[in-house]
This record gives sequence, C-alpha cells and structure tokens, in this order.
Amino acid sequence: MHSLTVAELAAGLRARRFSSLELTLHLLGRIERLAPQLNAFITVTADRALDDARRADERLAKGEGGPLTGVPIAHKDIFCTDGIRTTCASRMLSNFVAPYDATVVERWRAAGTVLLGKTNMDEFAMGSSNETSHYGPVRNPWDPARVPGGSSGGSAAAVAACLAPAASGTDTGGSIRQPAALTNLTGIKPTYGRVSRYGMIAFASSLDQGGVLTRSAEDAALLLGAMAGFDPRDSTSVDAPVPDYVAELATPLAGLRVGVIREFFDKGLEPGVGKLVHEAIEALRASGATVREVSLPALPLSVPTYYVVAPAECSSNLSRFDGVRFGHRCESPRDLKDLYERSRGEGFGDEVKRRIMTGTYVLSAGYYDAYYLKAQKVRQLIAADFARAFGEVDVVIGPTAPTPAFGLGAKTSDPITMYLNDIYTIGANLAGLPAISIPCGFVSEAGRDLPVGLQLVGPHFSESRLLSVSHQYQQLTDWHRRVPPGFE
Amino acid sequence: MEWETVIGLEIHAQLATRSKIFSGSATAYGAAPNTQANLVDLGYPGVLPVLNGEAVKMAVRFGLATGAKIARRSVFARKNYFYPDLPKGYQISQYERPVVEDGSLEILLEDGTRKIVGITRAHLEEDAGKSLHEDFHGLSGIDLNRAGTPLLEIVSEPDLRSAKEAVAYMKKIHTLVRYLEICDGNMQEGSFRCDANVSVRPKGQEELGTRAEIKNLNSFRFVERAINYEVERQIELIEGGGKVVQETRLYDPDRGETRSMRSKEEANDYRYFPDPDLLPLAIGEELIEAVRATLPELPDEKAARFGRDHGLSAYDAGVLTSSRELAGYYESVVKGLGGQAKLAANWVMGELSGALNKDGLDVTASRVSAAALAGLLARIADDTISGKIAKEVFEAMWSEGRSANEIIEAKGLKQITDTSAIERAIDEVMAKNPQQLTDYRAGKDKLFGFFVGQVMKATQGKANPAQLNELLKRKLGG
Repeated sequence: MHSLTVAELAAGLRARRFSSLELTLHLLGRIERLAPQLNAFITVTADRALDDARRADERLAKGEGGPLTGVPIAHKDIFCTDGIRTTCASRMLSNFVAPYDATVVERWRAAGTVLLGKTNMDEFAMGSSNETSHYGPVRNPWDPARVPGGSSGGSAAAVAACLAPAASGTDTGGSIRQPAALTNLTGIKPTYGRVSRYGMIAFASSLDQGGVLTRSAEDAALLLGAMAGFDPRDSTSVDAPVPDYVAELATPLAGLRVGVIREFFDKGLEPGVGKLVHEAIEALRASGATVREVSLPALPLSVPTYYVVAPAECSSNLSRFDGVRFGHRCESPRDLKDLYERSRGEGFGDEVKRRIMTGTYVLSAGYYDAYYLKAQKVRQLIAADFARAFGEVDVVIGPTAPTPAFGLGAKTSDPITMYLNDIYTIGANLAGLPAISIPCGFVSEAGRDLPVGLQLVGPHFSESRLLSVSHQYQQLTDWHRRVPPGFE
Repeated sequence: MEWETVIGLEIHAQLATRSKIFSGSATAYGAAPNTQANLVDLGYPGVLPVLNGEAVKMAVRFGLATGAKIARRSVFARKNYFYPDLPKGYQISQYERPVVEDGSLEILLEDGTRKIVGITRAHLEEDAGKSLHEDFHGLSGIDLNRAGTPLLEIVSEPDLRSAKEAVAYMKKIHTLVRYLEICDGNMQEGSFRCDANVSVRPKGQEELGTRAEIKNLNSFRFVERAINYEVERQIELIEGGGKVVQETRLYDPDRGETRSMRSKEEANDYRYFPDPDLLPLAIGEELIEAVRATLPELPDEKAARFGRDHGLSAYDAGVLTSSRELAGYYESVVKGLGGQAKLAANWVMGELSGALNKDGLDVTASRVSAAALAGLLARIADDTISGKIAKEVFEAMWSEGRSANEIIEAKGLKQITDTSAIERAIDEVMAKNPQQLTDYRAGKDKLFGFFVGQVMKATQGKANPAQLNELLKRKLGG
C-alpha cells in the first residue's frame, strides 16, 4: 500500500479497497519504525492524522469528497499549522505553536488530505543538505551515510522512503528540486506567485515558492492543483485561474521544442550525471520532441546573485525573531540589548547567522549599490536570458544538481562548495519561473545506486507543460517507480 | 551678525481609514492594549501585508489638493531597526519612490503677506506600536494597537524662515487634511504630529547650516517654542565659537528646551530596500480622476470665494475657512440671513467663536445652530434690536436654547424706534443733568457719549442707536 502513488491510493480509497484509516495506520506504523533512522519528521501528528482519516472515511462512505480525500500527506515544518508546533527546524521556534493554518495547509486540508506530520528541513530553509536543522540531519533513504539534499530534505526522505505518498516543500534556490533529484522524486517549484506564501515562514520573500514532492508527475499535478491559486492574503500571489493539471497530462511530446542549456553542462557537472541527462533528452527526442542547444550567458552569475538577494531579504525577514512576542527567549535578560543578542544568538544556528550577517552587510549604507542593487540588475539579465530562450523553445532542460547525493559532513566545512550545489536550480528562482525535477536514472557509487534528477524549466505559468512532459517521460521510463532498498 | 533661520517640517498625519494600512485590524483610538492587533500587526511568522486601498486614495487626495505629482508607480520599502514596539523589526515605508512628490501650499502670514511653501514629498507608511514604561516596575509593556496604523508623512522643503511661518504652515496642512477628510487632526491622540529640521546660517549665505531634527512635536505651541529655543541655542553655540552637530533632539515641554537624543554617528543604518512582500504601488489615471471628482472645495478656493462673493477681507476669509465645519456654519448663517455676509462673519468669528472656546466645543456641537444665529442677526438687520442687545440675546440663546424671537419677546428687548418715545427719554435726561448740558453746549463735545449712555440706560438699552444719535445731536444743540 505504501509504495502506491497518490493517484493509485485515491483510486483504492474510492473503490473502498482500503479505508483512509487503514492506510493512515499503516503509514503511521512505518513512520514509527522507519522515520527515526532517517530523522525525516520533526513532529508526527498521529492523533490529528487519525481524526482526519476518520472524517475522510465518513465522507468517502457517503460518496463525497474529491480525489485527495483520505490521502495522507506531510508538510514541511515551514508551513504554519494551527495548534501544531511549527519549528522551521530552528531552536528559535522550537516552542512555537502556530495559531493559524498556512494557505497551503488550509487548501490541502480542504481537499480532504490527512496530515501525518511535519517534516525536517534545513533551519529556516537555509541549506542544501538538510544538515543545518536544529533537530539534526536527515539521511538519504538511498544511502543513510548521505544527505537527502535540502532544504526540503525531510519531505524528500519521507516520500522517497514511502512513509508518506506526498509532501509539501518550499523552494527558494532549489530546495524542492535538489532533494527530489537526490532521492528519486518528482519535485515541482511553481511560478513565483502561483502558490500562496501566506503562512509559509519567509526566508527570501522574492524567491520563496511552495510546491510539492511526489513519486510521480501525475501526483504532482494532483497535489499542485489543490495547492495553487490566488490568495488575497498574499499580495504577490497571482490572480489567474489554475488549469486542470491532471487533464493536461495527456498532452503528447510530439512537437515539443526542448532547449538544452549549454551553461549547465560545465566542468562542475559530474560526467555520470551528465550522461544520464543526455540519455533522458534523447528519449524525449525519440518521442517526437525537437532538441536544440540554448545559451543563457548570464546564468553562471546566478549563485553570487542569489547569495546577495536571499541573505538580504532573510536578514530583514528574520528580524521579527527577537524574543519579544514568540519563539526562544534567553534566560533573565539584563536589558533590551541583552535580550536581543542572547535570544537571537542562542536561537539561530550558524548558517542562519552567516546569512543574516551577509544580508545585513550587503544592505548597509555604502554597500547597497555595489551588492544589492547590482544583484537586482543581474537578476534582470538572467530573467531576460530565459525569456529570450523561451522565444525559441517551450522548455529548457538540464541536470538538477551537479552530483548525486554526497556524504553527510562532506561539504559542511565550506559554505561555498555547499552553495554551488544549487548552481543549476537558482536561476529559475531568480527569474520566478516554474521548474521541475524528475528521476532520470542512477549512478553507482561505492556499491550504492544513487538517483539523478533531470530538470525542466518553462515560461511563467507553464506548470501544465512541465507536468505533461514529465508525465509523458514517466510513461517511457520507470526510474520514478524505484524504491530505495529496505523501504520497499 | 544677522542670522537666518531655515526650517523644514516632516508632518505625520494619521490617515482616517477604518482598518490598518496592511491588516484588517481596527484603527480606533483608546482600546485596551493589544486588542486591536492581529497576527499581521504582531509580526507573526508567515503572515504577509496586504495594502489598504483606502490609504492610497487618501494619499492621492492629498497630492491632488497640493498640486503635486502622483507617482504612477511607487515602491514600499523596509526600514530596518530593532525596537520592541516594532514587531517585524522593520517599518514598511516609502523611501526612494514616494506616492506624492513636488506639491506646494500657500500660507498667509500675520503681516498679510503670502508665501508659497514647497512640499518635497508625501509618502505612506505604517506607524509603530507604543512602549509603556510606567506601571511595570522596571519592565516595559508593549501595546501594538497603533502598530500598522496608516500614516502620511508630509515633508516640506526647507522654505520656512521662522517659527511663526512653521506654525502657519503646519496649521494650513492641519486644515487641509481635515478638509480632505483624510485625518482627524487630533493632536492629543497623536493623529497629527511633526518633526522639525532646524538650522541657522548668516544672512545672505547660500549654503545651509548644519541642522538638528526635533522629534515628535504634537502641538502648535510646542512647535513654535521648540523652534525658537533651538534657533537661539544654535546661534549662541556658533557665536560662542562652537559648532552645531547634526543630531536628533527631543523637546521637553516642561522645561521648554530641546536636548540631544542621538547624534548622526549613533544613528541607525536603516538598510532600506524594496519590500519583496508588496508589489510596486501602481496608480492609474482612472483612480486619480475618480479621486479628483470627490475633492471638496479646498480652503484657499473657499477663502477666495468668500473674498470675491462676500466681500470679506483676506484675514476674515482665512479665519472662517480654517475648518470646513466653521466655513459651513458661516455659509449657513449667510444663507439664512439672505446676505449680510460681513455681519455674519463678525458674529461667527466674535460671539460664536468666543462661546465655543469658553465651553471647549467644536462648531459642530454649537449650542446655537446656524439657523438660530441667522434668526438673531435678522433682528439686528431689521432694527428690531441693537447689536448690543443682540449680544445679550445671544447669551440667552446659548444658555437657554430658545430662539432669538422668543427671547426678545419674553424679555421685552424690542428696540424703541418710536421717535417721540426716544425724544421723551432725551428730554428727561437733559432735565436731570443741567450742569452737563451747560458744559456740553459750552464746547465739551466729549459729553455726547455721556448723554447717549444715560438715554440708553433710561430705555434699558432698547433705543435705536442711529435714531438716538440723530435726535440727541439735534436736541443737545438746542
């Protein structure tokens, strides 16, 4: 039951082959047994899950509900959940019980899903390996000595290990796609503004976007459809109708114009990864897509640009964590300054502090023009590069990450090496474009099969196309159906 | 050396929206602490600001009323600093691209001259909460009811040359925002307050002197006193061989002085940058024209009309248009009276304003309605009573609430216009005062007033003054 996709589970629930309660109990059992070794969850909401499941079964018995009624899910612990602890994997919020539901939580709940728990992540979503969590690192189900990617590493590990059929994630510089690639999942980051950010604890507001990690493109279509859409509580959410992503999955590959991003096949790309990506592109060509190379010359500047913009926004966004109204407060502060310094000093981890300091620096008087303003200009150039490419092709394609999953601790001592892991994913965030990562094969390292991700980026609001291309590719291949050994 | 004072004002006008600028909480004043602060105002994790369109319309109203440019695209920025009553750790304001730019306002000075004062910009921003330091025994309480209240910060050019000019400008803005119904102007509640940038320079020097910014002045009197104190302080400092340092100062109304709050070096680096949670504010022609269509007659237009159509002096017109309500009252009196604008103006500025002030009432709460006052003035106009008797009638109207006619009737105050009755009274007075009569006729003209007073006394003030004058002159002349 646990290795079924959401679409298959939904069919099973409707046909009453199993109840939501049975399914939920089964998954809670797996979580209890298997989650600790992966450290995938921060909070398991068993009681809430059972309540949700019973309610879903009542509706299903009456023939009510939608396609997601009774389907268990997990939320990244960055989404506020009413009455449930929401930590953002930070000591700062280790005692924070959100008094409201994020829009994403509200919508999935309204769709009838069952909340299994809140997944581990990099602290405040800052990290590419899920090693910055206050609750400890998450391990990759494909090799527990390796990282699952980050920052949505807990969601990725939980779904990859079949502890949950789907989980939400957020993607600021690759935080959905990179872990999806490293754990053999389908992970979509929608167009900026497609999914409401209300209730999603902000890291970098102009880049953050909610999305989903699943085991198939079809599942991503189902869950994104239930998550997306205009929200008057988020001024940056876009008031445009949400297409029927599932109905459009059938769009054939024939006639698809694919642009292979020249800059992504650079010297940093591991040859084994590049080979699999090329094979995937060949498969698309064989199914009727036309393939050409496109060049996005400003794209190599995306990492430095990102590491100005994102810290700048984060330095301001995280100012509200001051020990005054909620979150961690230091013991017996002497005065106001002491309250601020110790509460924040104790509450935040090193990576968060590093980014707050970087961001504070780039916004400072005398440096603003040289860093923040310059970065915003480069951001425009990167967006213009993509726009030019989309004048010629429907989607651009390349690897999601330069390497498969790396070992725990392998990159923690050098932030720059860690940052370079997002070199292929950051561009889509800077340009606000939708992007998806799908499994495209495995490389073998030290006797372990490690998944590799293929990334597709499309024009604004082309989620339908990204999902249909991915779905069609998944009709040709079965990489996405493979489950890590020990979690079958 | 002769010194010139240079002043620029930053006025904070709290916009009269029902809800806050970025949240749905109410803005009403005086609620129990933290009862008008929702998750957005509290800066909770995950919440986002949503701009209140009413606040934008109000800013546009102000811009149109001051002939300013309305930015078709303006940007909200974050002003970052830590303070417990600033929940997010930043204030959302407008920095590089304000919604209103390049306006101006004409002020009328006491000596009758007019002066144009430039308005550099007006921008939208949110207010912070309040820190309460009493009652908490070494701790501070935070009340976030005010956090997120919409403000329009109106920044003048450094065009003002004295404390008096600064006050005249501030009063004019105060009048304007109330006309526009975008601010209640309540200074006690902090709805209208200002910071003053003050510097001095040797007369004739082009270059501006170093300025000090005096924070949070919440009365016209404090503005005047604080500026005068500060100007003197700066001149004394320079003449004593010292230098003015750029700093923020605080006015202490109890001691009547300003004192240093923080120097430029200690000033925060606010790290302004565009707020990524809010899209740039786009304002289209349609909105501007819709707002323009709802603009009331502005104080200057009204004053000009009062001068043109009513023959009022610039000063009178200025006083009567100082509030929309007062002007409305005055116009109702004129209408009820069917003309006689000067009479109406004198009464509204004189007796009525005096009575309102004495009882601390606003004109909208006047005990004598405009129609009732017109009824009284009509009796002066038709010679039923004299102006002097009218004041007595007015007092009775104010305290008893009855109409002028009722009071005149009940108290028998009707003016005597019967020539023979007045003549009789004159004769009696002349008979009783032979010595004064002799003196008057011998050339002591001043005694004319004595006879007027005596006759008035004899008639309980009811003799028609014009008739009395004429008859008395004739009779005294022999």
